[in-house]
Amino acid sequence: MDSVYIYSILSMGGISALLAAGLGFASKKFVIDQDPRIDKVEDVLPGANCGACGYAGCASFAEAVVEGDAPVNGCPVGGDKVASNIGDILGKDAGSSTKIVAELLCGGGKKEARRRGEYKGIETCQAADAINGGEKICSFSCLGFGDCEAVCPFDAIVMGENGLPEIDPEKCTACGKCVEACPHNILLLAPNSAKTHIRCSSHDSGKLVRKICEVGCIGCGICARVCPVDAIEMQDNLAVIDYDKCVNCGLCAEKCPTGTIKFQAERIQQVEINDKCVGCTLCAKACPVDAISGEVKERHVIDQDKCIQCGLCFEACNVDAVDLFYEKDL
Amino acid sequence: MEQFTQVILLFISTVLINNFILVRFLGICPFLGVSKHVETAFSMGLATTFVMTLTAAATWLINTFILEALNLPFLQYVSFIIVIASLVQFVEMFIKKTSPVLYKALGIFLPLITTNCAILGLALLIPLNGYSFIASVVFGFGAGVGFTLAIVLMAGLREGLEFGDVPGTLRGVPITLIIAGIMAMAFMGFSGLISM
Repeated sequence: MDSVYIYSILSMGGISALLAAGLGFASKKFVIDQDPRIDKVEDVLPGANCGACGYAGCASFAEAVVEGDAPVNGCPVGGDKVASNIGDILGKDAGSSTKIVAELLCGGGKKEARRRGEYKGIETCQAADAINGGEKICSFSCLGFGDCEAVCPFDAIVMGENGLPEIDPEKCTACGKCVEACPHNILLLAPNSAKTHIRCSSHDSGKLVRKICEVGCIGCGICARVCPVDAIEMQDNLAVIDYDKCVNCGLCAEKCPTGTIKFQAERIQQVEINDKCVGCTLCAKACPVDAISGEVKERHVIDQDKCIQCGLCFEACNVDAVDLFYEKDL
Repeated sequence: MEQFTQVILLFISTVLINNFILVRFLGICPFLGVSKHVETAFSMGLATTFVMTLTAAATWLINTFILEALNLPFLQYVSFIIVIASLVQFVEMFIKKTSPVLYKALGIFLPLITTNCAILGLALLIPLNGYSFIASVVFGFGAGVGFTLAIVLMAGLREGLEFGDVPGTLRGVPITLIIAGIMAMAFMGFSGLISM
């Protein structure tokens, strides 16, 4: 009886040892000279193997980065820190990753938008939309049942008290699932740096919009006229913003009569040029309204009547000669 | 000569009549997972065939000269798994060295050959059927060829399906499973081909 144990252990041990030796030999024989940077890059990655980068795991992303197939800032989880670490290893500039987030183009929550009745049925936007376009009269409105919240894999969307989804830009990875899920197509992906959003998607006439929603775009076109960089275009009774052109001056939000346009930053109150100015004319070139004048190599001045406080000159100046004043500074 | 005929018949029987995927329903996982493109499917088939043939030889030797000789048949599962795992490791290293492109295309399914039930099934069927060494190797090779045949046929159909007008609900996995079922029924037609 005892011999069974002994034979078992010996035979299994023998087989295993033999195979282990074979594999050990094979691993020496088939050794691959891998780029050592791949291991280094893999070390600085988060190692969660989440796949948010679009590759199977951190290892395959590291390989793709080293080979130049993936961008250095391709890891959305690691963010700028990991990107700069990878940049150091590969000797490449990490570049600032332009974070993109989902934005809701509707401001008509329970308080603002008029409803035609009460919907009692399956509580999804999809179902409500199929019945008669939802509770709200506006057919471009947020349906408010949170299909976007349900579909978001990152818990970045939470339905707020006003019946509108609130998007956490920190958690949002711009996967676009909510954009697809929304039956009214009022979600879109926009750069996180954009602070000015026209929160309405209604193509209805201004007269109708006025009746059914407090914050709807009535198509008056004031924003398109005041915009210094022509970033707003009127399309079929609706103001549409071009995020590439917008300089986030906030002027449109200030002038919008219905409060449809939301400017989510502090508005610059005054801009002045101090005596550090070397007269390089960069600010004058950057100014969208030609409010800056001055000769080459002489201190420039801002015409405060023309200035729209967009802050573009501040960004253009290389010698810190432009001062911005916010409300708290004045 | 008699023996030679037997071997040929065994081969045909393993490939067509007792096809591992479509008749025995073993190895469904890679059959559905790696059958999107004919080229990768064929490579997967080759890798599996290689592992199967070697497994058949190695497990026959271990079973006959160690397990049966020492009266330890209860160790079949454990020892066969070890052999298969090592062989797959070896194949993985070999493919990684010789063809990185193929290695990438096969992806996770290459190490998963280890847990492919078709291979363990093959190893366990050999002592069950009492094959000789030559017959075992032919059986293993035939099983691999059968696997390759089924997976390449499937990949061909799925490539064609890309352009087909499939109803929304059936798109993707459902239609693939339906096709697998129809193919299995078609292979039932081979059952009267030879009688052993």
